[in-house]
Amino acid sequence: MDVTIVDCGIGNIKSVQRMFQAADGSAEIVDDPARLDGCKRLALPGVGAFDAGMTALAPGWIERLNHFVLEKKVPIIGICLGMQLLCRRSEEGTLPGLSWIAADVVKIDTGGDKALKIPHMGWSVVTPTRPNPLLPDDEGEQRFYHVHKYRAVCDREEDVLATANYGTTFTTAVHRDNIYGVQFHPEKSHRFGLALMRRFLAVPC
Amino acid sequence: MLIHRVIPCLLVSQSRGGLVKTLKFGKPKYVGDPINAVKIFNEKEVDELMVLDIDATRERRGPDFKMIEELASECFMPLCYGGGIRTAEDARTLFSLGVEKVALQSVVATNPGIIREIADRAGEQAVVVSIDVKRNWLGRPQPYSAAGVKQPSSDWRDAVRQAVANGAGEILLNAVDRDGTLAGPDLELIREASALAEVPLVAIGGIGSLDDMKAATDAGASAVAAGAYFVFQGPHRAVLITYPRYEELQALWSKNA
Repeated sequence: MDVTIVDCGIGNIKSVQRMFQAADGSAEIVDDPARLDGCKRLALPGVGAFDAGMTALAPGWIERLNHFVLEKKVPIIGICLGMQLLCRRSEEGTLPGLSWIAADVVKIDTGGDKALKIPHMGWSVVTPTRPNPLLPDDEGEQRFYHVHKYRAVCDREEDVLATANYGTTFTTAVHRDNIYGVQFHPEKSHRFGLALMRRFLAVPC
Repeated sequence: MLIHRVIPCLLVSQSRGGLVKTLKFGKPKYVGDPINAVKIFNEKEVDELMVLDIDATRERRGPDFKMIEELASECFMPLCYGGGIRTAEDARTLFSLGVEKVALQSVVATNPGIIREIADRAGEQAVVVSIDVKRNWLGRPQPYSAAGVKQPSSDWRDAVRQAVANGAGEILLNAVDRDGTLAGPDLELIREASALAEVPLVAIGGIGSLDDMKAATDAGASAVAAGAYFVFQGPHRAVLITYPRYEELQALWSKNA
């Protein structure tokens, strides 16, 4: 299997699997951390609240994911809440995150524009901040579907992979070593998402 | 520049064997096969898609999960489903099939707690509360239920306030008198609802042109949904699925308000 999708009950796993398949990748859904052995790439989709996500990962997932991601260097992509869980903590909850990315998750800042409602729900142009394996920086405008109330703030600028704007500019994709995270939903972003999934499938593992 | 979401809304009727489009919530006209329509909208890269089963509650049945799964498998954009959702378990099943959002209406009148129950597990963004409003003979907006469900308050604004207080992530506001007319949105209604709702408001009913969409978002809607505009063409309402090009939408919202 090209990708193993973590199913701890918090994500729209079916849509993620379909998009990987549409990108000519094989993708399995695994709902038991004991079955992660041999995974080549991992996807951690998630929607909902931060603490609910960490609580869902607590029984057995965290240790196993730490093993594969930090020791075995298996490439992983966190999607939406899945990206936020890669960070240290969130204003939304009290539980610690996976802490793989040196970042805190804070509320969206619309810059005081009352017309911009929260959650931010819609398509936003995503701009890569540097050459990277997931998002081309030379193929014109790319837009992705976002649904979120919180955003990641990285300690290190080099961990920021792409930004978008909703009243103010925010980090919408992060990357460090084999760890990737996107705030948006590539699985629901038409050809832009399809291209991103293809690129993730091409990340060496 | 913010480009607002433009959402085709498809109505499903089992008794009529497929997709229909209504006029002021009546006279359903058959417009085609749902799977085929979803495929076309997917190719046209629509922002989001909404599918409402208009018979489910009236026929006292739940969602048609088999059909929805088929639809969801063709959607590489967010999909919102509404119609006949009675329990949090129904919603859970829908999410597992690949639906991103559930639209609730009739059930909210008798069990407002269901909004929180679903939102706690799937997030508020996944729960849309659909509110139908119809103007009476005096032109005053009133809450309306096509399924004949008695509303807890005679003030439609209470429905908006309650939905947001109970955890809805989005409000779908339907101007019943404008449904299918292409006569333009009810801007007064949108203005009032938008001021009440801190969450995104999706306005539906009456959209007949791109300028109508702009007017709706200028009035405070975060997104616009439409049915007839995307499925009918010309004065004789011939069935033809269309969707504006991205460049057209970009140009539309780069005009000053």
